[in-house]
Amino acid sequence: MVTTTIPGAPAGESADVPRRTTSRIGPSDHAFRLVARAGGAAVLVIMLLVGGFLLYRGWAALQVAGWSFFTTQAWDPDSNNFGVAALLVGTVAIAIVAVSFAVPLATGTALYISEYAPRRFQRTLVSLVDLMAAVPSVVYGLFGFYLLSGKVIYLSKWLSTWLGWIPIFRVVEGGQPVDPRDPLATMSVYSSSTFIAGMIVAMMVTPIMCSVMREVFSQAPVGEREGAYGLGATKWGMIRTVVLPFGRGGMIGGTMLGLGRALGETIAVYMIITPLFEINWHILQNGGISVSALIAQRYSESSDFGLSALMAAGLALFLMTLVINFIASAIIARSRSGAESEA
Amino acid sequence: MAGLTPAETAAASTAYAEDAIAQRTDEVDPTSRRARHAAEPDDDAARRPTTTIPAPPAESDVPARPRAIGGTGEGGAFPVLAAAAAAVGFTALLFYQLAPLSGALGLVVVGYLSFLVFYTVLVSYENPGPAVRAKVASVIVPSLGFVLLAALVLVVGYVLIRGWESLKHLNFVTQDMSFAGPLDPLTVGGIVHAAIGTLEQIAICLAITIPAGIICAVFLSEFPGTFSRFVRTIVEAMTALPSIVAGLFVYLSYILIWGHWVETHLSERLQWLAPGKSGFAASLALSIMTLPIIVRAADVVLRLVPGHLREASYALGASHWRTVWQVVLPTARSGLATAVILGTARGIGETSPVLLTAGFAASVNLNPFSGPQVSLPLFTFDSVKSPEPSMVARGFGAGAALMLLVLLLFVLARVLGGRGPGNLSKRQLRRRMVASYRDARRFAERSRSRSVVPDSAPAPGGDSEERHV
Repeated sequence: MVTTTIPGAPAGESADVPRRTTSRIGPSDHAFRLVARAGGAAVLVIMLLVGGFLLYRGWAALQVAGWSFFTTQAWDPDSNNFGVAALLVGTVAIAIVAVSFAVPLATGTALYISEYAPRRFQRTLVSLVDLMAAVPSVVYGLFGFYLLSGKVIYLSKWLSTWLGWIPIFRVVEGGQPVDPRDPLATMSVYSSSTFIAGMIVAMMVTPIMCSVMREVFSQAPVGEREGAYGLGATKWGMIRTVVLPFGRGGMIGGTMLGLGRALGETIAVYMIITPLFEINWHILQNGGISVSALIAQRYSESSDFGLSALMAAGLALFLMTLVINFIASAIIARSRSGAESEA
Repeated sequence: MAGLTPAETAAASTAYAEDAIAQRTDEVDPTSRRARHAAEPDDDAARRPTTTIPAPPAESDVPARPRAIGGTGEGGAFPVLAAAAAAVGFTALLFYQLAPLSGALGLVVVGYLSFLVFYTVLVSYENPGPAVRAKVASVIVPSLGFVLLAALVLVVGYVLIRGWESLKHLNFVTQDMSFAGPLDPLTVGGIVHAAIGTLEQIAICLAITIPAGIICAVFLSEFPGTFSRFVRTIVEAMTALPSIVAGLFVYLSYILIWGHWVETHLSERLQWLAPGKSGFAASLALSIMTLPIIVRAADVVLRLVPGHLREASYALGASHWRTVWQVVLPTARSGLATAVILGTARGIGETSPVLLTAGFAASVNLNPFSGPQVSLPLFTFDSVKSPEPSMVARGFGAGAALMLLVLLLFVLARVLGGRGPGNLSKRQLRRRMVASYRDARRFAERSRSRSVVPDSAPAPGGDSEERHV
């Protein structure tokens, strides 16, 4: 019989202890540690300062306004009548319009780049999408104000004519519903609307969503793709059963990142929309407001307390964006994307 | 097998059968062979396990070809063209005869939807359901990508074309607006003051953010622990800060509160500490906005540096600082450059923080620490609010100039970076190969000289380290 002999510990000796290793840290490393820590701490201090100041000044206004801050539909801080109800609804409405345009576009483009486009064009296409993300927002604003809004009002009218029975597509002026079929009606009710602002914001956020989604789609494991083809799937069948389920986390995360950017967009919205301080669910109709457009509009004429009130509005926007961004990064990190699969 | 046409199934089984022919010894039908085995149980061959090979199907003259997996190209472009023609006709009928609709955008939308319907119907005559879906998807998906690229071309093209109207005058890039009113023609006045403002503000912003951002990113990746995790969380949170709020912060804290404090507490000679609305205030706001973006991007790039490079450096006895300075940062250089340039492109085009902090000036102000200083996005934004056509044209000109600047930065980023660490271009690869060839030759010479004369005078050109080896 074969036996394995295990050498016993020699009697009288203590058990093994790990070898003690020491490392000498030179003066340059000490300096490096110090500088790196100081750099990290400095960035932390700057960021906490911004956040803390925002909280501190905004809190002052919040205490004066109380709970009515979240229900008031007006912005008149000096007579103590101000609130973010209309602002938040307007901001969210613009962001929702933007996201509902951007998600199909971004998904389609990401799928096209990762699955359908010829391989030699892929890098060029990726660069073009990244370039679109780098185009300044004021340029989008110019485009939206001078070219797009003149064209979109016809689409708005068409939507309101055929889909006017859906409440959000109805157009109301002075309490009276406007009849889109009335040939004498002016087109001006359709201009400067949430819908147009949302379309422009969609053009800005689509590239952000698209690059997150493309990254995730291209990581879909080759083994599973080939498995789907081997079982007789068509290309679309493969995408539907392998790529899209694999990339679901990235799609949701990318969408929320885009949503976060859409909520904070200022200049393009400010250039297009006509300010209106009441909750306006009729997205095709003239008038709307967003928090950032309000700040851009009111900062110069505000008193000290008025600025605090603007800070409180900014704080509300920041917290909303923050929550959305954190959820987005948690979803991206938890999704299967990046997990190795045998292939 | 839902996605297969009968012909495809036949093709697949033909390929299988052709493989099988090589192994087959006789033309016996499998069923009859099994019957024979059953009849002769004592045969030696019968006890061995057998493999039953199906006979080729009768219609085996179908040539083998790859299975179709979707795509419009199969069967020619005929269905696409036919559907397009039908859609054009239908849309024209709808818009001009039956139900007069209007608007170019509506025309395109209705035309495209009808094209999809016609294409689906045409394709469904010849294909089963899954193949129809695949074909329709391979029309819809590229057209979504095309819409996005068309939007990009439209935006860039529109602004460049409208901007050309003022950019073609030379004075537009050599003069400022101090002698030009809104009513003056485009041959007077220009944007040089705004261009100077943009360059100075972004330069100050980069002087703040590049050192701070890269040191912070190095800290995050080199010193993992609770503290760096906390810093990373806060930095990620601050990327959510809306840019206008960064502007509002600088306006309230630096311009109003700090300005007031300096005015009341400090002497006449120290008043320069609080310049009010100025280029410096604008670059502070831009820094607060771009710092988290740069830190986050640089952190991602630094974490991609392969661990074995770091360990090789430690194994050679390098200190932590040497490893970071000579291994980690050079490896990540192109990625860091990309991170910085993309952050710059984002900052250079931001209008909202500048709107609150820079003030507005019509003439060149070279000193960012005193007096208002306008920048390109702010000039664009301010000009197009004017009702005068020439002022709007100037706004478009400034917008186009800004766009060209961003384009330039972007191309620079692509040329410098865009490759992962360790992923070399052809020229870098050649240079590195030449270097290692040189090293190899040097080592060979050294060992040869050592083996010939074991312990004589120091090797020619040898340095102090090798003498006591």
